[in-house]
Amino acid sequence: MADTSTSASGTPPEGESRRDFLLYAASAVGVAGTALAVWPLIHSMNPAADTLALSSTEVDLSSIAVGQAITVTWRGKPVFIRHRTDEEIEAARKVDLAELRDPETDDKRVKKAEWLILVGICTHLGCIPMGQKASDPKGEYGGWFCPCHGSAYDTSGRIRKGPAPLNLAVPTYTFLTDTSVRIG
Amino acid sequence: MSGQKFDNKIVQWVDERLPIFSVLKESAVDYPTPKNLNYWWNFGSLAGFMLVVMILTGIFLAMNYAANTAIAFGVVEHIMRDVNYGWLLRYLHMNGASFFFICVYIHIFRGLYYGSYKAPRELLWALGLLIYLVMMGTAFMGYVLPWGQMSFWGATVITNLFSAIPVVGDYIVTLLWGGFSVDNPTLNRFYALHYLLPFVIFALVFLHLVALHTTKSNNPLGIDVTGPQDTIPFHPYYTVKDLVGIGVLLLIYLAVVFFAPNFFGEPDNYVPANPLVTPPHIVPEWYFLPFYAILRAIPDKLGGVLAMFGAIVILFFLPWIDSSKVRSAKFRPIFKQIFWIFLAVCLVLGYCGSQPPEGQIVVVGRIATAAYFLFFPLLWVLGKIEKPKPLPQSISAPVLKGASAGHAAQKMEKA
Amino acid sequence: MRKFLTSTFAAALLAVAIPAAAEEGPALERQNWSWHGPFGQYDKAQLRRGFQVFREICSNCHSMKLVAYRNLGDLGFTEDEIKAIAAEKQVQDGPNDQGDMYARPARPSDRFVPPFPNDQAARVASNGALPPDLSLMTKARVGGPDYVYGILTGFKDTPPEGVTIPDGMYYNTAFPGHQIAMPPPVNDDQVTYADGTKATKEQISKDAVAFLNWAAEPELDQRHSLGVKTLIFVFVMTILFYALKRKIWARLH
Repeated sequence: MADTSTSASGTPPEGESRRDFLLYAASAVGVAGTALAVWPLIHSMNPAADTLALSSTEVDLSSIAVGQAITVTWRGKPVFIRHRTDEEIEAARKVDLAELRDPETDDKRVKKAEWLILVGICTHLGCIPMGQKASDPKGEYGGWFCPCHGSAYDTSGRIRKGPAPLNLAVPTYTFLTDTSVRIG
Repeated sequence: MSGQKFDNKIVQWVDERLPIFSVLKESAVDYPTPKNLNYWWNFGSLAGFMLVVMILTGIFLAMNYAANTAIAFGVVEHIMRDVNYGWLLRYLHMNGASFFFICVYIHIFRGLYYGSYKAPRELLWALGLLIYLVMMGTAFMGYVLPWGQMSFWGATVITNLFSAIPVVGDYIVTLLWGGFSVDNPTLNRFYALHYLLPFVIFALVFLHLVALHTTKSNNPLGIDVTGPQDTIPFHPYYTVKDLVGIGVLLLIYLAVVFFAPNFFGEPDNYVPANPLVTPPHIVPEWYFLPFYAILRAIPDKLGGVLAMFGAIVILFFLPWIDSSKVRSAKFRPIFKQIFWIFLAVCLVLGYCGSQPPEGQIVVVGRIATAAYFLFFPLLWVLGKIEKPKPLPQSISAPVLKGASAGHAAQKMEKA
Repeated sequence: MRKFLTSTFAAALLAVAIPAAAEEGPALERQNWSWHGPFGQYDKAQLRRGFQVFREICSNCHSMKLVAYRNLGDLGFTEDEIKAIAAEKQVQDGPNDQGDMYARPARPSDRFVPPFPNDQAARVASNGALPPDLSLMTKARVGGPDYVYGILTGFKDTPPEGVTIPDGMYYNTAFPGHQIAMPPPVNDDQVTYADGTKATKEQISKDAVAFLNWAAEPELDQRHSLGVKTLIFVFVMTILFYALKRKIWARLH
């Protein structure tokens, strides 16, 4: 590339290879330096230390009656916690896996059968499904119904109808006691 | 556009429709540049490099900043403490302003020494000064954003300059503030403008370059290029030389950023803004100090403000004030001395601006202010009476003949 | 002529510099801090001692609102230790489901809990003077850590002759004006260090200043080590550019 503009005096041939080496070395170091300098700029857009420090939430479950549900915030996202009734558990368990778009047994999606804990974000395009309040439509399968594009989830949060491809996600969580749980 | 031919078919296809490659080749590759430019000619490209650094770091800082007086100070500390590499971005940006000004000041004084403002480069010079003015506005408003004590009181003092304007002064200041003191509306508009003005600078730099490539570069001898034997293509000669400059600049700049990041700063700006307490000794950032000294040298409010703005405005008229036809100080023995005195006067003014206005500082400040303004009429007179040394025939001629002037230029180039 | 110029300029600078220097406050003794210089780093053991001083002495009156408990990880505390330290303080949270605010133990993600709920309360409890927040103290004062050390060790029981100190004020050699509202905070053996370091007044002050400097510049260790690497890289790059430049320009002559 440097050679294209050698319109001035002729270059001594013995100097050529050393200049080429220098050219490659300098270019390589320059390119590497630029690439390294870009990293802090990009990395500054990743979550900051204080954001990461808030990445777990503790929830007290004692006040949630059977059949009720609450929504808590975890990492800025809604998390659904539903205290399922025996009928809901029963309905979730007896579904034939072959019917499911995203086959998963109910057992795999809960740690304690009465507590269903899900990230409340529709796997289609990120709307928040309805079904938390008693007055909400819960869809044909008694779980949640997403008003944006009509996805319906069952009492295990599995996708049953509509455009969403996957079941509602289960966050990582641990039970600290029988009535308190840490999400994240 | 210009009938350039490119081997690559895609490049050729694009170029026939949008001549970016032709323009690039003409203005950054083949561009004929005087062969005798010394390292002082690096500072234009270095200033451009700093502008890019400032815009890049600034954009990513802006993603984490919030212009609200209640949280601005804490948000900057959040950047320093919690955002990944936030401290690096912030220190790069904060010190980058200083290094941008260092490059621009050297660039201006280089232009002064070698007479680069003279015909036909008057507009090139004026565009450069415009860039400098917008830079000062941008830097001032940027300094307000961390909302420390110096931010607040700097903003208060500088905006109050406009209250010196007769009749409408107070209305203008209220308009600038968006209230009855520097407050949240002020911070918000300063942030908006601080984000906007760098792109105005960018546009002005573009015009500056168009003007440069129209009149072509001046050179240390200050004489016109007589033919192709006087020039070399910009690439690779000056691209590689500019890279050397960038390397050296980075060494100094990064040493400050990593090892003395608050060298140019004021401790008071790490105290949150308090509208009820003025710090005992308020000073602007160092790059404003000479003008601050001129402001304080005149014991009259309006007079001081006029002198301060006048000190910059008069530079626009320099091409017409300087009556000498010879450009380079190399061939103007008396001008050369006066140039160094002028530079010293500017430094003394800067020092006076940094000190509390008491005792001898006031006297020195006034003498230096007078000297600053005396420079310009002196320059006019000098052009009439000074007898310049004989100019060389051409840039390449003295080298061939081994004349002393050409030799000196070569030596400087290598140094 | 050049010589004449330089000497005039130097004389002018001196003329203005001498009276200015005379007005400066008392000269601060420069301490040999571990983090000084490009290779300087914090001494973690010292930072932990300093944190102990802060916790037992300074934090009774001074807040440190910009530092979070989780940041103590930098000092080498484990996650459980940090949890325990945080849990000693109560923070207000809420509202809960009943709409009430409630107090809960602080968590690692919380910032240091201030000793007083607001500035007014701090003033009332401190004889009318507001104890400043210490988060940025070493960056916010001329002289930095040396100044803070000067304050901590600069108390004199009896002011020099001719100087009267009003009630509730104390004489301090480093403080501008020499009248400070803070009572002498440190004495010999005021803390007991777990690592066996002898707790002289000077040692306690040094440790406290080290901790305060960390609080103001927690990024310093990373900044210094990244800085050394970066400068070595840029130095090599510049040498290569310069060699290439010499080689390319050699064609012209």
